[in-house]
Amino acid sequence: MLWLFFFLVTVIHAELCQPDAENAFKVRLSIRTALGDKAYVWDTNEEYLFRAMVAFSMRKVPNRETTEISHVLLCNVTQRVSFWFVVTDPSKNHTLPADEVQSAIRMNRNRINNVFFLNDQTLEFLKIPSTLAPPTDPSIPIWIIIFGVIFCIVIVATTLLILSGIRQRRRKNKGSSEVDDIEEKLESMGTLANSVPCDSLDMKGGHINDIFMTEDERLTPL
Amino acid sequence: MAQALGPDLLVDEGADGRPQWDNKFQYLLSCLGFAVGLGNIWRFPYLCQTYGGGAFLIPYLVALVFEGIPLFHIELAIGQRLRRGSIGVWTAISPYLGGVGLGCFTVSFLVSLYYNTVLVWVLWYFLNSFQQPLPWGTCPPNLNRTGLVEECQSSGTVSYFWYRQTLNITADIDHSGAVQWRLLLCQAASWAVVYLCVSRGIETTGKAIYFTALFPYLVLTIFLVRGLTLPGATEGLIYLFTPDVQILLNPRVWLDAATQIFFSLSLAFGGHIAFASYNPPRNNCRRDAVIIALVNSLTSLYASITIFAIMGFKATNDHGQCLDRNILSLINEFNLPELSISRDNYPAALLHLNTTQPGRIAQLPLRACSLQDFLDQGTSGPGLAFIVFTEAVLHMPGAPVWAVLFFGMLFSLGLSSMFGNMESVITPLLDMGIFPQWVPKEVITGLACLVCFLSATCFTLQSGSYWLEVFDNFAASLNLVIFAFLEVVGVVYVYGMKRFCADIEWMTGRWPNLYWRVSWWVVSPLLLLGILLSYIVLLTHRSPSYKAWNPQYELFPSQEEKIYPHWVQAVCLLLSFLPLLWLPASALAQLLARRRRENTQLDTALKLQDSSGC
Repeated sequence: MLWLFFFLVTVIHAELCQPDAENAFKVRLSIRTALGDKAYVWDTNEEYLFRAMVAFSMRKVPNRETTEISHVLLCNVTQRVSFWFVVTDPSKNHTLPADEVQSAIRMNRNRINNVFFLNDQTLEFLKIPSTLAPPTDPSIPIWIIIFGVIFCIVIVATTLLILSGIRQRRRKNKGSSEVDDIEEKLESMGTLANSVPCDSLDMKGGHINDIFMTEDERLTPL
Repeated sequence: MAQALGPDLLVDEGADGRPQWDNKFQYLLSCLGFAVGLGNIWRFPYLCQTYGGGAFLIPYLVALVFEGIPLFHIELAIGQRLRRGSIGVWTAISPYLGGVGLGCFTVSFLVSLYYNTVLVWVLWYFLNSFQQPLPWGTCPPNLNRTGLVEECQSSGTVSYFWYRQTLNITADIDHSGAVQWRLLLCQAASWAVVYLCVSRGIETTGKAIYFTALFPYLVLTIFLVRGLTLPGATEGLIYLFTPDVQILLNPRVWLDAATQIFFSLSLAFGGHIAFASYNPPRNNCRRDAVIIALVNSLTSLYASITIFAIMGFKATNDHGQCLDRNILSLINEFNLPELSISRDNYPAALLHLNTTQPGRIAQLPLRACSLQDFLDQGTSGPGLAFIVFTEAVLHMPGAPVWAVLFFGMLFSLGLSSMFGNMESVITPLLDMGIFPQWVPKEVITGLACLVCFLSATCFTLQSGSYWLEVFDNFAASLNLVIFAFLEVVGVVYVYGMKRFCADIEWMTGRWPNLYWRVSWWVVSPLLLLGILLSYIVLLTHRSPSYKAWNPQYELFPSQEEKIYPHWVQAVCLLLSFLPLLWLPASALAQLLARRRRENTQLDTALKLQDSSGC
């Protein structure tokens, strides 16, 4: 009699958890991709831990605080590693609705990931979309900061350049007005050659530059 | 007369108050910076790849020797001899040819507008490169955070960042959209930088050019070293340089080589004439022309090696990811243990599974992954810099550093070309004497930059990049070729070959030899005529269409091909022909002015006759 009961229970369990069964979810783990050399082997103990985490997640749902580990059924474990799971109610006759299980898993996704050292991409619950992390926008975008720095430098440099240009022009104007004064003075003194009074030049001691002579001869006569 | 021009025009250096270069190196760097631009990075490697790798160098060299160097020498020589900007030079050669100078001036203005817009985009990417992870590496989540934005998922993160987060592009050119304030800010900064460097003419650009012309070479070397050490670089280089000599039979190759040389050296803008006009009169412009043209071509080659090393890395990476995706599909479908199929035994495993379970295999979304396909995906232009290269940079370790270096290099390359463009706009303005003497130079350059900045705000609209394509295709190409043709013809036939050669002998000490004379007389004009005719033929045959980024398109992310609306086609025609109108307009004005002068002379002569009495 006991054997028959045991057999019936396993059969019912087997029927509750099947690929594509009602309220069943497929889970896929990529342990070696995530951890490389530090990858652990997926055995029945890890399965027990998984069932414990799912039960823990369900216990957080109101009205489901009495979920036990034995209510979580796993089946079809492959080498991939992938398997299907369902959560049954305390009577072990029906499976809990998919929406409840989905919301429970979503709320505790982070903790489940951390227990197995995986993330949303390596521990996949097919058909359960993960909530994406909010975009980490700093209060001021970085590009505005760099832009401000560059723009300030350019404005300062331009102002300095313009100011130095104005100063140069003022100095040139003052210089040219000074030259004008000197020229007026010298004009009153006498004949000029290149702003130097001719009397001071010693014409007798000068040399005639031959280059200029040959230059004239080079020009073709008109 | 043995002398070419009267002695009063043989001015000594500095005596006419014209600004001068501090030293020869500054002048060479400025011309080089103007010639070496973004096209050396993103046009030449693409042409090399499309036209049979190493074999493309043959038409390129032929075009360089018979078209590039002779035309360049002419520009430098007349600028140095006549000591004026482009308008002054042409008016000096013949008053009826003044329109050529005005046309060059207009084209330079139009090109400055849209060339700076590319710099604005580069600046935007540069500013965004200072973060880890790079913003074009991930898709933003959608509004209720259940998944990623759909447009981003279908097109890819890099394309999404370019089309949506940078340009915020509309679906067609009709819908202008709003001005993008981010791009407007970057444009203000970019024009401020240009003004800072150009404010006092060559006095300031001469200092800035030391950095902007040499920095790109430094970065290219760094990238070359880094690129050669990346996996897959050798595949890229082999692919680039494997010559396919058969392709030389295609006339399109020769046309593209000639066009590339022409635009690569930035001929017919008037910028080189302006730069050369600040030289001392007795300067060996022939040697300068050969040096700068050769260095420009070597830079193109150097850049293409770097680019293709990195493209090879990217192709290998993409190929590996394609295989990995297929392997994952197989493993997931058949529940095989992880890492049981490696990239090497993937074909064998696929074959085995296909023979045993073909039905399930047929349902899987398996892509055919071939390295050759990934290497073939060649792009040129902004697509190379903003989509392909940014994606390659994402996979390199230390990505922000490489992104900052790359966009910094692009910005300096573009900036040094902008100096040449602005010189070709400002020098004629100064020479024409429109502004009174007391207006300082900084004010004139400031006004020029302000006008350019305000005009270029149309490119910061959401449809801005479509307009940039319009300007790029129609404003510059045809006009520059026509002006270059007129340049050669004007100098050789109007100014006179003998006169020109005598000038060159006075400047450089040697009469131009047979190569130069034959090129100027026959070869270069013929080549330019050939380019012009093929351009016109291509223009008339090509339908006026453009590629639009339309998320609603059924084949998205492929771009939808749309026809330009009529008013845009009218604008294209206007851009193509407006600069050319200066030629007849100026010749006509000259004719009318001369006739009026003759009439007044006749009147005064008659009056004198009357007054003297007969």
